[in-house]
Amino acid sequence: MVRESPRRYVTHIRESFGDQVFLTVVYIFLAIVLLVVLYPLVYIVSASFSSPLAVSSGRVWLFPVDFSLRGYQVALSNPQIITGYANSLFYTFFGTLISVTLTVAVAYPLSRAKLYGRGFLMFFITLTMIFSGGLIPTYLVVKQLGMINTRWAMIIPGAVAAFYVIIARTFFQLNIPEELAEAAELDGCSDLNFLWKIVIPLSGPIIAVLTLMYAVGQWNSYFEALIYLKSASLQPLQLVLRYILILDKAAGGMLDATAYVERMQLNDLLKYTLVVIGSLPVLIIYPFVQRYFVRGMLLGSIKG
Amino acid sequence: MSVIKQRVVPQQSSTDLGTSRAPSGVDTPQRLSQWYMARKSLRRYWQLYLIMLPALLYFIIFKYIPMVDAVLAFKDYRLVLGIWGSPWVGFKYFTMFFDNPVFWTLIKNTLGLSLYALIVGFPIPILLAIFLNEIKHGFFKRAVQLVTYAPYFISTVIMISMIMLIFSPRLGVVNVALKEFGLQPINFLGIPSFFPSLYVWSGVWQYSGYSAIVYLAALTGVDPELYEAAKVDGASRIQRILNIDLPGIMPVAMILLILNVGSLLGVGFEKVYLLQNPLNLETSEVIATYVYKIGLLNSNFSFGTAVGLFNSTVNMILLVLVNFIAKRVSDMSLW
Repeated sequence: MVRESPRRYVTHIRESFGDQVFLTVVYIFLAIVLLVVLYPLVYIVSASFSSPLAVSSGRVWLFPVDFSLRGYQVALSNPQIITGYANSLFYTFFGTLISVTLTVAVAYPLSRAKLYGRGFLMFFITLTMIFSGGLIPTYLVVKQLGMINTRWAMIIPGAVAAFYVIIARTFFQLNIPEELAEAAELDGCSDLNFLWKIVIPLSGPIIAVLTLMYAVGQWNSYFEALIYLKSASLQPLQLVLRYILILDKAAGGMLDATAYVERMQLNDLLKYTLVVIGSLPVLIIYPFVQRYFVRGMLLGSIKG
Repeated sequence: MSVIKQRVVPQQSSTDLGTSRAPSGVDTPQRLSQWYMARKSLRRYWQLYLIMLPALLYFIIFKYIPMVDAVLAFKDYRLVLGIWGSPWVGFKYFTMFFDNPVFWTLIKNTLGLSLYALIVGFPIPILLAIFLNEIKHGFFKRAVQLVTYAPYFISTVIMISMIMLIFSPRLGVVNVALKEFGLQPINFLGIPSFFPSLYVWSGVWQYSGYSAIVYLAALTGVDPELYEAAKVDGASRIQRILNIDLPGIMPVAMILLILNVGSLLGVGFEKVYLLQNPLNLETSEVIATYVYKIGLLNSNFSFGTAVGLFNSTVNMILLVLVNFIAKRVSDMSLW
């Protein structure tokens, strides 16, 4: 993803003293950045694996103290968390499926040079990135459609992102030559057949990028749930986490059986545990999918 | 997110199919009315138009209808009468908003947060990218990249929870450290003057690595011969950065700057709302959170719509204006 360093080819010119000093500064700067970004992550994970007492007495600062899985035991036996997890998986799976399908279905035709009106349609889609009617008119539309407090509200109102349509269209323009479509047409292949049998198989990278970006967005979102959902049984994980972590309401019933002091300690520990549990799915797949995100980011920076 | 103007070279067939001049059905007739061309395209590509329909409907229903419904801002919304049946009141709600003392607080907080975020958040990814570009490939470079992108994937809820845990007055590691040094613990989240810094620097922590990707890509595009020539001429690393790297990433940086300035009044709802509490409201109330509270929570639909409409309009004007200036000054623009 990064250019081969040209230094490799010009080895006979030695680094001057000034350059060596500068390079040292660069390494120190990057090392500090690395530590600053890494430390909070390590700290939270360590705390989540510590004992309730160690956490609530503030003894954890780098590595787990009195290693324990108590937080995870309590968190994973809490019905609220389990429901939230299941809901989030549901919204992420179906939301992503619909989003990717709609995005590809609109982006591919827009990449075809001879499609009449594609300039206008691109403008029509791009304009929504620049101007919006605002929160309340959007809310009223969702309400009129009867989607409030239904699972649809989590999937449909944010289904297509104009920005991803542009990314996908750019990909198709760059990777599917118009001549290929014309040749297929001569052989009697319909447009839909061509899309299904030729374009989609050739578009693995962009489909991966779209899937990942929509999925992470859906998994991480809480705003739609906050404004559209009311029933506890529909809440995604992020909203459940908000109640427990940010509004500081201990998950009801989860701690009743324990003594007061232990309950307070567990309450502290649980916060760390829940932060880890809440970001686990995304962080587990992250190292494997990282390169796709980088690619998506780069695709996004080219406008057709 | 960036949208960089760059001409995409029309694809020329690498494999000469010989028949690329397709017969009559595909050729675009040169002098035909628009209407005829539209009908012809529709007949020819009806399948493609058909599959575009769901997404286009989506944009109409969830983006364009709300834009039209924003006339609500000029009406007194009555549930029974609906949007179009409710009586017109002109600029009543806008005047109400401008006359409200909260108006200036909102503008000050919103602008303050975005300017702060811009001044700090804009140069840091550039610096990170340039420095990463200076060092050789290897474990260290990959580690820095892997670790610095990672926070991008953390959700807003989790991010705010982490801030609250780390800065908590009782348990937070920051206050534990302060106590170690014999200092008084500070309730960072409850003191209004800390809010902007918490907001901005946590954003820098979360997004710098990710934003640096675009600049790294731009640096990849710099002609390696430029570096070689500079080296032969005895240019130092810093000189090479100033004279080769910076000009190389300038187009990308300009575009991102335009987009940032264009959304100065567009501070996102999600993060501010979660980081807000009654104690820091004085600096943490921004336009987006105000619209949510006044419009949705208090069901004051017309007023909320008016504030929202004011916000989107200012954003759009800013974007167009900045784009215009950039075009004049530097010949770089979004459109």
